[in-house]
Amino acid sequence: MKITVNGQEHEIVTEPGRTLLDILRNDLGLTGTKEGCGNGNCGSCTVLLDGQAVNSCLVLVAEVEEREITTIEGLSRHGELHPLQRAFIEEGAVQCGFCTPGIILSAKALLDENPHPTEIQVRRTIAGNLCRCTGYDKIVRAIMKVAAT
Amino acid sequence: MVADRFEYQAPRSLKEALSLLDEHDGRCKILAGGTDLIVQIKSGQINPDLIVDVKKIPELNRVEYGEDRIFHIGAAVPLSRLLMFPSLIEKAGILIQACSALGSVQVRNRATMGGNICNAAPSADTPPALLCLAARAAIASLKGTRTIPLEDFFLAPGQTALERGELLVEVMFSEPSTVSAGYYLKHTPREEMDIAVTGVASFLTLSPEGKTLSDAKIALAAVAPTPLRVPQAESNLIGRTLTPAIIEETADRAAEAARPISDLRSSNAYRKEMVRALTGRSLRAACKDLGITIG
Repeated sequence: MKITVNGQEHEIVTEPGRTLLDILRNDLGLTGTKEGCGNGNCGSCTVLLDGQAVNSCLVLVAEVEEREITTIEGLSRHGELHPLQRAFIEEGAVQCGFCTPGIILSAKALLDENPHPTEIQVRRTIAGNLCRCTGYDKIVRAIMKVAAT
Repeated sequence: MVADRFEYQAPRSLKEALSLLDEHDGRCKILAGGTDLIVQIKSGQINPDLIVDVKKIPELNRVEYGEDRIFHIGAAVPLSRLLMFPSLIEKAGILIQACSALGSVQVRNRATMGGNICNAAPSADTPPALLCLAARAAIASLKGTRTIPLEDFFLAPGQTALERGELLVEVMFSEPSTVSAGYYLKHTPREEMDIAVTGVASFLTLSPEGKTLSDAKIALAAVAPTPLRVPQAESNLIGRTLTPAIIEETADRAAEAARPISDLRSSNAYRKEMVRALTGRSLRAACKDLGITIG
């Protein structure tokens, strides 16, 4: 089957019972997407499916044929980090980094739809992304910084 | 790998899906949003031979509100799409509250109301709101289509009125009266991403003279084997001049009707107490919206 990841089409041979997360990491080598809980609670495997944030651990690869997937590897352009990635670095919103790809993609989906959200909207948006290091404040600050531009 | 081996089919027509169900029933599972199903397969709770993905079937994908003033919500429509449907936001706020109380953005982008209903978890968030809206379930099989009140759909935890070869196509309900108001309130230890310890939906309709209620519906989540309407509490409200004592008595009756279990989320007694508290709160909020002063 064919799947499109970060604008690039890939032809893969697979059993239908594998998750999108498994294919991204193990077949395509895109290890920026992390596996946390594996049951849709932690959000570390968040990717964008046709622009919407989903938990890739709960998507079967067979479901994503002819659809657009964006992972954290697809955010930078010509070696330039995405504004959200830059803001996370500048605001110190990254500690261990495990939740960061998922949170940045959740934030990207929000800002693509609503470029100037309120802080409450930002906090609700990342409610499905667990972070055990930062206490969220710096993450929210980083997202709000991009929202203000 | 989610499971050792299963076949995957994504039929593009209802008839094709029903034929697959008929042929493989008992050994196949329906996939809509996957937020429950894939977790169940991963944990080994179920081990289907065939997964039938119903997201490409037009009848299960529609959200409509037409001239007949009936809402039709396809069983495979993700909750995030419902949350953006203007006439639902305008006319069925209680359902919008229930949909936004469920899961996270990531979950709501995939999870469907059909799945929430068919999994028949006692704690499911959308059924109490749907029971308040007197929703009906349209069910199809190769033999034809039948429509039943959603109240008759839930039999026990994980068990529904769906028979062999049957598929939930859509949920429908009539536009609520313009002089109605309702709230779905959910208690969870965590603010977000948590399963209800108790959920209460209250839905009130004002009588034409504008002072008393012509109809009241109260439905509970997570305090019985199925979502539960509480007629003995509802009837206490209709046609009466409401006082704080009547609201308290109604909340007491709702708590008495609850038959909760004790589990790791909460004790039986605490759940009953939360039914009492949330019933009172949701009734007061709905009365306020309707301009009813409680004595």
